[in-house]
Formats: sequence, structure tokens, C-alpha cells
Amino acid sequence: MKVFNALKPGFFTTIQDLGRYGFLKYGVPISGAMDTFSLTAANLIVGNNPNDAGLEITLNGPELQALSKTQIAITGGNILLKINGENVPMWQTLNIQADDVLSFGKMESGCRAYLAIRGGIKTPPVLGSRSTYLRGGFGGINGRQLKTGDIIEGFDTQWLEFECKMPEELVPQFTNHFKVHAILGPQDDMFTEKGISTFLSSQYKVTLEADRMGYRLEGPLIEHKGKADIVSDALLPGAVQVPKNGKPIVIMRDAQTTGGYPKVAVIIFSDLSMLGQAKPNDTIEFHKVNMRQAHEKLREYYELLQNLSSILVRS
Amino acid sequence: METKPYASARYLPFGDKALLIEFGNIISLEVNHKVIALNEAVNKAKIHGVEELVPTYRSLLIRYDVLKVSYEQLIFRIKDIEQTLKDIKIEVGKKFTIPVVYGKDYGPDLGYVAQYHGLTEEQVVKIHANREYRVYMLGFVAGFPYLGEVADEIATPRLETPRLKVPAGSVGIAEKQTGVYPCEAPGGWRIIGRTPLKLFNPPQQPPALLTPGDIVRFKPISEKEFKMETRK
Repeated sequence: MKVFNALKPGFFTTIQDLGRYGFLKYGVPISGAMDTFSLTAANLIVGNNPNDAGLEITLNGPELQALSKTQIAITGGNILLKINGENVPMWQTLNIQADDVLSFGKMESGCRAYLAIRGGIKTPPVLGSRSTYLRGGFGGINGRQLKTGDIIEGFDTQWLEFECKMPEELVPQFTNHFKVHAILGPQDDMFTEKGISTFLSSQYKVTLEADRMGYRLEGPLIEHKGKADIVSDALLPGAVQVPKNGKPIVIMRDAQTTGGYPKVAVIIFSDLSMLGQAKPNDTIEFHKVNMRQAHEKLREYYELLQNLSSILVRS
Repeated sequence: METKPYASARYLPFGDKALLIEFGNIISLEVNHKVIALNEAVNKAKIHGVEELVPTYRSLLIRYDVLKVSYEQLIFRIKDIEQTLKDIKIEVGKKFTIPVVYGKDYGPDLGYVAQYHGLTEEQVVKIHANREYRVYMLGFVAGFPYLGEVADEIATPRLETPRLKVPAGSVGIAEKQTGVYPCEAPGGWRIIGRTPLKLFNPPQQPPALLTPGDIVRFKPISEKEFKMETRK
């Protein structure tokens, strides 16, 4: 079913689901939504599976013309949203008629918004996922970002008889400052005590070199004990690498799967969604947690995801 | 610089969803053998909650689900498996031959590598093709194999300024490593040739031709053979 025609592609719009798992040993990154919580929420609001594919919209949104009647939800960073020129809300079901034009204004907070379509976006899955991996040139629409004239297809499915809304208190609020929790290691022993305390007590600014692969940060230098190279080993999203220059790099979802810089810490999973909303000039501070605390937070987060669908307000 | 494997493996936390087991901080057959052996053994053990294994030069990353297995339980199980490794004979990986057209536009750095070592281009090709390489790991871009080890006579440092685009199939040298670019990518390796072989084909399962532990040999081919192969 043809759902949307892209009249304008937006700054950087890609198709993403929750990621491509199981192929790291072949050098294939996980990819998927930078803010998985927001994509999950958008999907649940239109009655989809959490892992259905949606659009990830970066900073400036696309303009989309509906080709059929459908239901959508938009979540994530706070962006001005219009249907046929009239403002409509985020985080709730929106009914769309054929020929309606969906347009986006400026992103007011955060960096990425998510558009879910009832039934999910239909593209050929590659290695079990529809996520776009730009560098590898596969997933989504031929492995590339959205361009003018693209037709977005969806799966045929039943019309949802009720509308859903995210409870106000659960809508994440993004500011220009991010507090994240991290577990030290695996190579924290390559840094001096001073280096570790600098890392944990400073604010780091996201530089212009920030994209789906990772964020290069600017701030007080993190001191190594000796050499700053390791024989390459595995990377996962959330890892904080520190090269010789002492400036941390946060690994995100499209990063290469191996790297040769020591990792001072790894950000916990439940904070990583939020960090997917960071943009250049935003600041990040890192707080140390131990494994037990981290796993408590992870369990709480899983529980929230598990219950999210039943927490939604129906009307 | 460390020159030896660790006396005993290091078990390290990698965030809240993975465990890292390091066997050393060197590129060595001995260390990589241990990684691959543990990888195989953990695979076979089918531990509840283990989601994915990532073998590299010198470590094994284990992604796990804490709802199914705790961090402590996982370490306990893996240490148990590690104890049994000494008795296990490592299976030799699959063998592959990669055809390569060396030099000219296909290998723009072949001349530099030859000059750097005071060799002829033919000698460099012969040395590169005349040995078996082990796939230590895949990384950098999807399907990129890190192969070792290159003979000292042709081991060459990376470019000072990486190229923005290295064509798919390019075969390069970086110090004692050699590798093949599966797709066009930026890169700083010294490019000495190109293969018509497709190393990464995502719709296929598995998507990559090579797996860590496999053995690779390069076979020089002519430009004509290269063109015939790419037309297929």
C-alpha cells in the first residue's frame, strides 16, 4: 500500500526500526533508531509492534503527501507539526486522509523525531531489519536517505478503532544538557586517576562531528597513563572511546564494529535513547554507576517498555 | 609495548549488556587462537541469555540479556568453559583463495610499497601472494577482514592522509596487516591491488564470505581475468 509521497525529503530522513542484531562479527553495525524509546512509543500509539519500521527525522522534517487513508503518530524531539497547514499534536494518533499534506517546522528541542505509520513501513528487510545503514548502502530505501519523489509503502492492516495518547508525564523532555549514567571500563585502567575524575566531573560539548555513527566531544582532556592505543576490539553503541588527544568519542548506532582506542566507560542502555537526541553544542555529563545499579535501571526500563502499551491513554 | 598474552584472561564489564574477555593486547596467533576457541566453545554451550558473540584480534565480546542470565552467573559459566579450552584442539578455519589484479589503477600504492622496501613491484606481489593469512576479525565496514600477518619485507605504514574513497574490492596493507575493502569507503591502507570477488553480500546468510579463523591466500590474476570476473 502506497502511504506517502515525499514532496520534500527534509535534512536527513531515514527508515529505521529497533536495529539489526546478530551480525557484529561480520562487521555489520546494529543501526536502528537513535532514540529507540521514541520510535517504540510511536509504534505502540498506532497499535504496531515496537520493532516496526518508521521514519527517523533529523532537525528539519520532510513534507509528505498522503496517498491513502492512514493513521500515524509522531514522537521524539519537539517539532512543529502540521496537517494541511494546521497545527497538530505529537505523541498521539493522527488520522490522515488521502491527499493530506504533512509538514514539519523547526525542531524546538532534541534532534530527532519519529513517524510511525499504522501497520509499519514496508521495505525489503536486510539481515532481519529494515534499518538504513548508509555507509554499507543497505536497508531502508536502497540504503540511502529519503529523497524527493520517494514513495513510502506500508503494510495493509485494519483501521484502529480507538485513538491513543502518551500520558503527559511519560513524554520525555529534552533540553540542551544530557546527564547519562555509565559503567567504567572495559579499559578504564589505561587512564590515570586524574583522567577518570576529569571524565566524571566535567561537562563535554557535542561538536559538529556528530551523526548516527557517533559524537566527538570537546571538553577537559582525559589523561591516559601511557599509550592511547589498543589492539582493536569490539565496539557497541554507548561506548566512550578516548583517543590520544584526550577528547572522548561516544559511539552510536551506525559506528564501525571495532575500534583501536581505549574505552573509558560504556553508557547504560536506558540512557542511550535519550542521548540519541543530542545535537551539536549540547552538553553531556557522565555519572558513574556500578553493575548492580545499572542492571536495576535496565530492569525498570524493560518493565516500562513492557507496560507502555497498556499505559497509553485510549479514547 | 606488551609482547606476551596475559597470564590469565581478563573479564571486563562492557556496559550493562555485554561482557568482554581479553586474552592479551597484542596481535598474535596464540592470542587469536584462544579467542576463536572460546568463541566456538561458548557457541556450542548455548548458554541461556547469551545473544551474540563478537570475536576480535584479542578479545571476545559477549552480548547477553540480564533478564535471563546475571553478570555473575555469566562470568562463572564462561570461566568454567575457559578452563576446558586447554584440552580442545582448535579446528582450522575454512580456506579461501582471493584472486587479485595487482598494480596499475587497481593498486595505486604498489609502486610506493616496492620503493619503500627497495623491491620491484613483482617481488612485492610475489611476497604478498606467497603466504597464508588468518582472518583475525571483521570490522571497520561490513565484511572487511583484518588479515595477518604480512611479511616484514613488505609491511608498510598507512597513508599519512587517508583517501576519501577507496573502491570496492581494493586490497591494502597497513603495517603487518592486509585487508580487502568490501565496499567503497574512506581509508588509509596502502592499496596494492583489487579483487573481483564479492566479500559482502547482505541479502545472503551469512552476509560475509569470511569468518574469523578462516585462512586466506591471494592469487595474482591478469587485468583481462579481472574484467571477465567482474562481468559475471
